[in-house]
Amino acid sequence: MSEPLLSVENLKTQFFTEDGTVRAVDGISFDVHEGEIVGLVGESGAGKSVATSSLLRLVESPGEIVGGEITFKGRTLFGLEEDANGELRPRDDMLSEEEMRREIRGREIAIIFQDPMESLNPVFTVGGQLREFIELNRDLSEKEAKREAIDMLREVGIPAPETRYDEYPHQFSGGMRQRVLIAMALACQPDLIIADEPTTALDVTVEGQILEMVKELQTKYDTSFIWVTHDMSVVAEICDRVNVMYLGEIIEHATVDDLFYDTKHPYTRALLDSMPRPDETVHELNPIEGVMPEAIDPPAGCRFHSRCPDAREVCREVHPEPRDLADEGEPTHRAACVKYDAFDVGYDESRPIEGDAAGGFGAGLTRTGGEE
Amino acid sequence: MAINDTTDIDDTTDVGDGSADGDDAGEIESRVGIRYTLKQVRHDTTARIGIYIVGFMTFVAAFAAVDYYLLDYAIAEAVWYNPETDPDRVERLLPPVGMENQFGQGVLEHPLGTDHRGRDLLGRVVYGTRVAMTVGFMATTIGLTGGTLIGAVSGYYGGWIDDVLQRATETVYAIPFLVLVIAFMTAFGRDLRFAMIGVGITAIPVFNRLIRSRVVSIREEDYIEAARAAGVKDRNIILRHVIPNSFAPVLVQATLQVGVSILIVAGLSFLGFGAQPPTPSWGQMLSVSRGYMLPAPTFSVFPGIAILITVIGFNILGDGLQDALDPRINN
Repeated sequence: MSEPLLSVENLKTQFFTEDGTVRAVDGISFDVHEGEIVGLVGESGAGKSVATSSLLRLVESPGEIVGGEITFKGRTLFGLEEDANGELRPRDDMLSEEEMRREIRGREIAIIFQDPMESLNPVFTVGGQLREFIELNRDLSEKEAKREAIDMLREVGIPAPETRYDEYPHQFSGGMRQRVLIAMALACQPDLIIADEPTTALDVTVEGQILEMVKELQTKYDTSFIWVTHDMSVVAEICDRVNVMYLGEIIEHATVDDLFYDTKHPYTRALLDSMPRPDETVHELNPIEGVMPEAIDPPAGCRFHSRCPDAREVCREVHPEPRDLADEGEPTHRAACVKYDAFDVGYDESRPIEGDAAGGFGAGLTRTGGEE
Repeated sequence: MAINDTTDIDDTTDVGDGSADGDDAGEIESRVGIRYTLKQVRHDTTARIGIYIVGFMTFVAAFAAVDYYLLDYAIAEAVWYNPETDPDRVERLLPPVGMENQFGQGVLEHPLGTDHRGRDLLGRVVYGTRVAMTVGFMATTIGLTGGTLIGAVSGYYGGWIDDVLQRATETVYAIPFLVLVIAFMTAFGRDLRFAMIGVGITAIPVFNRLIRSRVVSIREEDYIEAARAAGVKDRNIILRHVIPNSFAPVLVQATLQVGVSILIVAGLSFLGFGAQPPTPSWGQMLSVSRGYMLPAPTFSVFPGIAILITVIGFNILGDGLQDALDPRINN
């Protein structure tokens, strides 16, 4: 495949709180190619949202991106280097805050937020806000921007866009507002749209309509998407490739088909087992035991070992980095689990961890939460 | 096309948001914006009285201002007496018409009587409205603008900017406002303009705190994040997204503040720091009338009543606005 549109290398974002450093995103790497929808999946607190706001450098104090490299269309959105004293400082080719604001945010990379109820300013008309975004990012006159805004509203399936243009957000239903937000994201014709759980707040019927619409618009405009979600069925519906996140790390990366039919990582397996699937009939769903530990003090070794049904002693000691486990000629399928031969750390000889599945639940309860 | 299919479904599930049923849409439409707020205020009898009083006072003040600045009391002289230089200086301290005191009998020519220099009291009370209203509005505007900007910037950025700005305004807050204004006027001059600016400055901390507390919660809203993600400048985020969403309590406070400012400046005039004679001003009239309290009590009563009514007018309007803008009270 050609040069990726966006590539993220070993990105680390941390929050410096009074209780200690929360490693919300801890060395994730992935890329997005032109015209594809890449999923970012995980439980709450896995670091998905922090990862996406890191891409636009919108992480707010006390959070900070502390390492890694983000490249977008050959431009460095984030990159560090060591100076003469061994201190880390931003690289010279890293875009300035001003350049990020003017050239990247909205114009090249747009975000669709989770809650359509909260993402529109209640005191201005929907059309006015849409027009403002278009004016800002496409250098159009007010009149042209208005026409464009109405066109976009029509494009995302808002009936009577000329009338709805002058209405306020509270006069729109949730699904309609999400359409408006999608219109906003698309209106500036960005190359990449980050969709941060855009359908989570909607009911399933509307979710289905929105997904259908996004797929269609995606084909039409050839925009790339990063689709953040915790819902595996949405992933199956819309994504081309998927990254599964657990506690700030990407633990499995595969194409959608491979992820569902050739699941490698026990966490992904557990996620899939915990939801009903149309293609498999099970007697009883199998939830994942326990709660995700806090990112402030992640477990040693494999971070999932406290809840993993396949965990053995070695999992407590060895921290696996994702490795490509795909056969020759197959698309990349990376997973970070030592039970595969490629890791060769003596998993087979190691004793299973006893009683940890039950203990993990109690332990998890006393340390709930996450970086949020 | 699939898009069109889905919209049909969505449209039917949207209750009352379609412009198809005109009445419903009209009703919702009217629930937003300033017009709706004013309608709410008008439903409230007390607030309506407030509107009438404020409206009347504003009208009188505007008339007086036109006559004073543009026509040099031509209208006043044509229909009544010049409130500053009444040539007829013999009828000193007359009582209102129908009453009697040691200086003589009240006459219809001076319905409210005359002051210590024989000027018509009614004319001076009417023309005193100009000073009171100008001072009230100008001081409030200064306080409102300064306080809103400082509070919004401070709340939006947080951190050390917040600390510096808040400690600075708290320092202003800590000094008794009369002392502050008098010190200010001693430094710059005993002029009404400086009185307004001084009172305006003392009002800055009030607005600052009010808007800051709102901004701190507004800035966490998703639409602010969305605006940042779309590359909107901080300045535009503050002016277009943060301030308009934080403004309702400020509007109420501003209405009340006009009344407060009028009172403060009347107090300053009483102490000799406000409008200087012969400019008619209520506070200064009160100040002079103090010396004639026993022989001519009505001299001090009328400017006092004027102040009372104006301030009450702004206060009940403010209360009415508060009720109208509070969604919990809206029915």
